[in-house]
Formats: sequence, structure tokens, C-alpha cells
Amino acid sequence: MPHQAKYKRYIWELPVRWSHWTNVLSITILALTGFFIGNPVSFGESASDFTMGWIRFVHFTAAYAFAVSVLSRMIWSLVGNDYAGWKAFFPFLTAGGREKMVKMLRYYMFMDKEVPETVGHNPLATTAYFALFALYILMILTGFSLYAEHAPSGVMHKVLGPMYSLFSNQGMRLAHHASMWMIFGFIINHIYSAWLMDIKEHGSEISSMFSGYKFTVKKEK
Amino acid sequence: MSERKNSEAADKAEQSLETREFSVGEILKQRGVSRRDFLKFCSAMTAAMSLPASFAPSVAQALDEVKRPTLVWLNFQDCTGDTEALLRAANPTVGEIILDILSVDYHETIMAAAGHQADEALETTITKYKGKYLCVVEGSISMKDDGVYGCTSGKTHLEIARRVCGSALATIAIGTCAAYGGIAAAIPNPTGAVGVRDAVPGATVINLPGCPCNADNLTATIVHYLVFGKIPAMDSKGRPLFAYGKRIHDNCERRPHFDAGQYVEHWGDDAHRKGFCLYKMGCKGPATFHNCPTQRYNEKTSWPVASGHGCAGCSEPQFWDTMSPLYRRLPNVPGFGIEATADKIGLGLVAGVGAAFAVHGALNALRKDKEPEETKEG
Repeated sequence: MPHQAKYKRYIWELPVRWSHWTNVLSITILALTGFFIGNPVSFGESASDFTMGWIRFVHFTAAYAFAVSVLSRMIWSLVGNDYAGWKAFFPFLTAGGREKMVKMLRYYMFMDKEVPETVGHNPLATTAYFALFALYILMILTGFSLYAEHAPSGVMHKVLGPMYSLFSNQGMRLAHHASMWMIFGFIINHIYSAWLMDIKEHGSEISSMFSGYKFTVKKEK
Repeated sequence: MSERKNSEAADKAEQSLETREFSVGEILKQRGVSRRDFLKFCSAMTAAMSLPASFAPSVAQALDEVKRPTLVWLNFQDCTGDTEALLRAANPTVGEIILDILSVDYHETIMAAAGHQADEALETTITKYKGKYLCVVEGSISMKDDGVYGCTSGKTHLEIARRVCGSALATIAIGTCAAYGGIAAAIPNPTGAVGVRDAVPGATVINLPGCPCNADNLTATIVHYLVFGKIPAMDSKGRPLFAYGKRIHDNCERRPHFDAGQYVEHWGDDAHRKGFCLYKMGCKGPATFHNCPTQRYNEKTSWPVASGHGCAGCSEPQFWDTMSPLYRRLPNVPGFGIEATADKIGLGLVAGVGAAFAVHGALNALRKDKEPEETKEG
């Protein structure tokens, strides 16, 4: 293919990339500390140690970082560029979006040979991100509701009041664990798909999440 | 015959009305409770109500002057465990005082009257003191099939509860059954058992759950009413904040071991003998609001965690269903086998997803793609 040329285009703005990598870091920390909190190892040598105390502190700090990151990304979907916009996460609402989804799905299922060209988000991926953000919100709400129980007269407990009627206390813990496993399932899918499309699309899928630039056949309008 | 009985009951009510005119302080003096014991009781109650010690004299003064309130005690679908907890209260003054300061006009377990006489006593009390008496309910109320699964003297518990609690000043639902349906309401709940709040929606209900309820909390609730003239501040589950405002986990004497990272791994292991944290043995202290660690049971002798067993979460709604399995941290996942925990299922899910994508990746490596047409234009 000697005459190939692609245009360099700025797709992912700084807040999108920051939010992505904050999520990566905080989810990793949250999962590791969460495993320990759910099934701790007796590391304590004496009652004056603070092993679980520190691990919980790290978990809560990462939880705040994660919550702020998710919230910022949701706000950015209202103020950022079109690729970051909320409409990208509902491709199934428009006829064009649905067509792209079908095309993508046919490629993934080995029914088509032509690699679909996507400029911003892959429409199937954004559908998964929509479900992922629902999981994130469930994770944040159940997590902070469990956290707030140390101060039942506090503001956080009052704000999260409806959560305590929706879930039993143990049910909340179960949902918190189950959501983590579902996020793990997503991560496997996500890394695999990014790797696959980086190879197939030649659009710099993976490095675009660092630099913000992708390479596309279509010129910037 | 029944007329004579009626007049007898009326006479009795008249007599009890006279004694009711005495203040609590005078009655206690008559009963031989020393001033010292009375003040000790007042201090204990002040502490139970989570009030500063400086309130003790006000409590004593208020109890000295207050007129004894009338109380009826109804037993529904229960094991009488809360009555037992109250009657066996080891601290002599607490048990005595609660019975002495209250005019318990109806209590099936401890009253001398039986049959029609008992019915009449209840009827007289609720008519005479309409809107002024306190009602204590022990046990859940059956709602299914018009409540036929629980009857006393030919009337369903639902009917009795609606009548008695409906015209009471306030109803104290003692024990988890009366508060939330308790064990009788556990899945599949064959009798449609519910707590008083659900059975009598209009009534003023104070929930004192626990299995059994701590008798000190019952006494403190009544003392609170006598001292302040109103029912105590309550949480969203209708429980007084002074007794249910803090989580067991946050007041637990084994909490330092939790924070340190020292856990019992097996029953009877070295850590268990040393009194380490019971978190890994399924203790539900982190999910339960109650003052057990500070108030304790039986003259502050002990409570489950102090005696080496995790908390069962008995003061929470539907504890029998939501807190099980008792010796595991997480509930079982509905639809999966008993041994399948959420984490095992999750691990299986992740392994499945990983395998699926590995196969997909392998297939992709083998296939030959077609580049989009535009890509080739220069």
C-alpha cells in the first residue's frame, strides 16, 4: 500500500485522558486494598499496629479520587468536544449509530472482513462504557454508603439515606463485591479490544490515550 | 354473672387509679427501695440514654415527681424472650423499678388474672386511659388470611394490635419480631408476619429491636418519656438514637485488633484464645446498630462478641435472611449453590471472559483483513 496517508487529529482532550488514567490507578488501588478488606490477612504483630487501618485509609482516599474522576468525566461529557460528549455514549439512539454498531459487531464476529473506520469512540465500546459508568455509580454509592455508617448522624449518611432503604446492609456489600468482578470482566475486554483495534485500524488507538492524537483517513473539519 | 364481673373489674380499676395518684418516688419509698438505690438507678439510666452525668439529678427529680404511667403488654407471635430478659434482669433495682414505677395493667405472662377477667382488665384500661397509656408489643403480627394464624382469646392479633396500639399514647415494639417481624417473618414467612409499624400504620411506634431486646434500653426509653414528656429521637428504622445510634463495630472492644490486623481464623485457634477480632468469622458488627458493646446484657456482664462469638446482627430488619450465613462475611448469591460465594462466582466470570477473548484474539491473528477503501487514496 504505497500511497497511504492519514491525518493526525486531536481527539482526546486533557481532562478525558486525566480521568482515564486516574480511573486506572484508583481502580487498581481500590481492587487491591478491597481484596484485603474483604478477606484480610493477619499481618498485625501487636494490637498497637494499624495494618487494616492504613489499608482502609488508602482505600478511602483512592475512593475519593475515583469518585471525583468519574464525576469530572461526566461533567466533561457536557462541556468537552464531540468525541467526549454524552451523545457518543448512546449510539443506539440514532439510525447512523445503530448502523455503525452493526458494522462493528459484524467485524468482531468474523462476518465482515473490512475494518470499520472510527474517528472518536468505537460505538460498541461506548455502549459498554455506558454500562461501565452505571457500575461505577453503583460502586461509588454502595462504597460511600458503607463508609458513611461510621457516622450515622453525619451529612454523608443523610445524603445517601435512600441507599439504606434500597439495600440491606449485607446486600450492599454483596453488590460492592459483584460490581468489582464485573469491572474486572470489562477491563479484560477493554485492554483486549484496544490492543486489537490498535493492530487492525492503524490509528494509534493505544498511544492516543497518552497523546490525545489519532490517525484517521478523514481530515479535520 | 358477667355484670358482676364487670363491676368487680371496675372496682379494681378504681383502686389502681387511686394508687396511680402517688408519684414514682413515693411508691418506691413505700416498696422499700432505698434512696441510694434509686439514685444509682437514675445514674445508670442517664448513661443508657447517652446523656451527660450532669443530667442524673434532673432525671431523679423528674422521676420523683412524675405520676406512674399505665402500661399494657401484649404478646403476639413470640417466644416470650423479651419478657424473660426483663424479668430476669439481674440488677435487682432495674427489674423492680420498672415494674414498680409502671402500672402494668395487662401482661399475659405475669398477671394473676386469666380468661375473661384478663380480657376485662385490658378492655377497662384502654377505655379508661384512651390516648394516655403506653403499650408494649412483643412478637410479630400475622397478616396473611386476615391474621388467623395468631389469635388470643378468639381475636386475631391484628385486630387486638389495631385496637390497643391505635389508641395508645405510644407503642414500644420490643424485640426484633415486634419491630420488624423477626424470625417469624423470615423467608418464606408462612404467616405473613410483620412488625407493629406495618400492622398499625397510624400508631406512634418506638422500635427496640434485639433478640432479645436489652431490658436496660426498654427502661431507659420509658424513663426518657417520663423525664422529658416525649418519645426519644429515632433513626430511619424507628429506633431510639441513644441505643441504636452507633454501629457495634465502632464501639467494639475488639476493634483495636481489627485495625491492627489481628483476626481469628478458626474457632479455638490461638487468635481466638487471645480475643482477637471476629471479622473473618462472619461477625456482623460492621452491619449492625446497637449499644451492646457499651450497655451489655445481664447487669453489664457480657455480650456475644465479649464471649467470643461474632455479632448476629439481630437488631437489624430481616436479620435472619440478610445476615446469614452467620459465619461468613458475605451473603450467598441467590441461584447459586451454597458453597458459591460472590468472589468465587466473580473469579469464574473473569476466567470465562479471559478465555473468550483469548480465543477471539487467536482467531484474529489468523484472519486476513481488508483495509477500508479510502485508506488507499493518497
